[in-house]
Amino acid sequence: MGIYMKKTLAIAALASVALTGAAHARDQIRIVGSSTVFPFATAVAEEFGKTTSFKTPVIESTGSGGGLKLFCAGVGEQTPDITNASRRIKKSEVETCAKNGVEAITEVKIGYDGIVLANSKAAPQFELSKEQIFLALAKIVPSKDGKELIENPYNNWKEIDPSLPDEKIEVLGPPPTSGTRDAFTELVLEEACDEFPVIAELKKADKDKHKAVCGGVREDGGYIEAGENDNLIVQKLEANPVALGIFGFSFLDQNGDKLHGSKIGGVSPTFEAIADGSYPVSRSLYFYVKNAHVGTIPGIEEYLAQFTSDKAWGDEGYLADRGLIPMDKAEREQVREAAKNLTPLSM
Amino acid sequence: MTDMASLMEDRAAGSDAANMRKPVDWDSADIARNVKKRYAAERRFKAYGLAAILLALAALLMLGYSIVSKGYSAFVQTYVQLEVTFDPATIDPDGTRDPAVIGRANFDALIKEALRKRFPDVTSRSEKRKLYDIVSSGAAYDLRERVMENPSLIGQTRKVWLIAGDDFDMLNKGYISADTKESSRRLDDDQISWFQSLTDSGAIEKRFHTRFFTNGDSREPELAGIWGAAVGSFYTLAVTLILSFPIGVAAAIYLEEFAPKNRLTQIIEVNINNLAAVPSIVFGLLGLELYLNVMHLPRSAPVVGGLTLALMTLPTIIIAARAAIKAVPPSIRQAALGLGASPVQTVSHHVLPLAMPGILTGTIIGMAQALGETAPLLMIGMVAFIVDIPGSAMDAATVLPVQIYLWADSPERAFVEKTSAAIMVLLAFLILMNGLAVFLRKKFERKW
Repeated sequence: MGIYMKKTLAIAALASVALTGAAHARDQIRIVGSSTVFPFATAVAEEFGKTTSFKTPVIESTGSGGGLKLFCAGVGEQTPDITNASRRIKKSEVETCAKNGVEAITEVKIGYDGIVLANSKAAPQFELSKEQIFLALAKIVPSKDGKELIENPYNNWKEIDPSLPDEKIEVLGPPPTSGTRDAFTELVLEEACDEFPVIAELKKADKDKHKAVCGGVREDGGYIEAGENDNLIVQKLEANPVALGIFGFSFLDQNGDKLHGSKIGGVSPTFEAIADGSYPVSRSLYFYVKNAHVGTIPGIEEYLAQFTSDKAWGDEGYLADRGLIPMDKAEREQVREAAKNLTPLSM
Repeated sequence: MTDMASLMEDRAAGSDAANMRKPVDWDSADIARNVKKRYAAERRFKAYGLAAILLALAALLMLGYSIVSKGYSAFVQTYVQLEVTFDPATIDPDGTRDPAVIGRANFDALIKEALRKRFPDVTSRSEKRKLYDIVSSGAAYDLRERVMENPSLIGQTRKVWLIAGDDFDMLNKGYISADTKESSRRLDDDQISWFQSLTDSGAIEKRFHTRFFTNGDSREPELAGIWGAAVGSFYTLAVTLILSFPIGVAAAIYLEEFAPKNRLTQIIEVNINNLAAVPSIVFGLLGLELYLNVMHLPRSAPVVGGLTLALMTLPTIIIAARAAIKAVPPSIRQAALGLGASPVQTVSHHVLPLAMPGILTGTIIGMAQALGETAPLLMIGMVAFIVDIPGSAMDAATVLPVQIYLWADSPERAFVEKTSAAIMVLLAFLILMNGLAVFLRKKFERKW
């Protein structure tokens, strides 16, 4: 048995692998970040790989926060060139970046994404206000007389408002680690909570408690954390007509024959309503480019050009086909210019 | 114990004591009842066992059914037949037949032209866009390849089968129903009627989907394949094997044959057993720290995945190899030593060959475990969208289970069947590997 020889070979292989690893210069763009932007970025990357002589970029779905952490870890080919984000970069993250030598960052806003609250077509369409959603999903809500704050007592939609259906409150949604959940909390719950006088008063009295009340989601079974996988939520909604689900617009777009989106504030989540801003729960999507890598890693400028071309992000581009809601022409023009000149972000 | 003791006493006391016992009446009602009870207990016990097996089988069948029923349709793909004119003005305007010129030509325009010719009534821009969706964006690359191979096509008009777009593929497979309201399906009435007219003229066909086995990942479901992930899995497992097999076997030989039995080796032994039970994500964190942050190996590369999975597989291999070595009878070693073989010769000429079937079985099971692992790979960046098929263990790659995870998370409807089909492929590999383990055991096993 040539065990010993094999072992020597293995060590030799390992050594050569380590050596080539050190000498291997990267010729492929590396992208990390948000799982919401992932379907759009991958579509652009694939087109970029097919239509240019560059290698197709490698894209990891790490979540917005995780992506920015990797992105801000430093400059050099060990770190990613671009990170996708379903929210804007935070000031603290810009500071971390700067501390690690990542000084110039170009921000590219790519369009909008709606967050929908949808249910099966077997059940009637919901018409909700943000306040009603808050009353259904928050952990702590104002009591009926509006004087004090109590644990959420509502178990049936009818208890919140007689016009709502006589059904159990059961909402499937993403866990706290998800960008969709962050955006939903920010755009719906936090906005709705100040509409209640008793919570608005709290803002002055006890800031921490105010924050906890506005962002706290009930844990007694009314809100079910269904994992990061939006397809799973779609399948569960089909099987359970009573339940509502929270996910990104592109999944509603693909499953329009099975699900319908609830009207929020009287507006249905349609492509047009999100694009013109009348649908209230939408957010901007971004990606960030490390300027120091442009010129070192081949193809970054060309990738930016591909992403910001009308063929990709235009009104009839292939990203719109995948559910990205485009910005208007003037804004696109402006962002394209900034991306072309690699104008660094200033906050 | 007490029974034994009393038996001994009985014997010691002689036959008198034995005769003092009352003879058992084997036909009494008590005994009959007792016997009946014992038979009933036995039958119950058997029934429990059978029920457990049936339950497990039912679960397995359900799993199999749900995967196969969702996934079988991914192995066929809809194709559309169109009359394409290989217009020299578009492909090769100067008539040089230079492959570089042909390669850059706009083959998409040829397909669009063919579609417009087939449906001359479609004139408005938005209508045309809907029409072009019938053919996949990947079809242009097929045409290019065809012309590159056979430049004499230029100038001819041929009927060509082109790969259909994913929504039309779903329609053809019955996943999109024409009965649902127009506003709530992906295809509108015009698109369905165009497709119907193509079907009626025999220009729609389902074919075996070879691309699924030869392509890398893609955002277009009809172009997405598992070959990239399969190659990634191969490189990853190859690195895992060349590292963990020799090290694991050497460690097992040392511990079993040469190591002194003392406190230190005991601690090592306990730790190896513990390591086998450590959640795999922990090895991912270790891999991230050691290989990426300290050794600066490239992210997402199979070599890093292999090194990480080798850490995870090592304990399994060491434990299996030790058990196999232990099972070799001591007489073999004694005979070898008695005939003058050195300890190293004894091990390498006799013990190891005899233990090999057991070691290989353990190794293959460890490898099968590594093949199905995703959690540690998440940490080292192998959960990624990678289109290019990796050419070496240093290129960015992904593996089969990660591909399944990524497709399961894609919004496009057509990825549902791809997900199930990829699961089938992964299961086939696992069954193959476990089958190999059984075969090796059966073929080389020795009885003493």
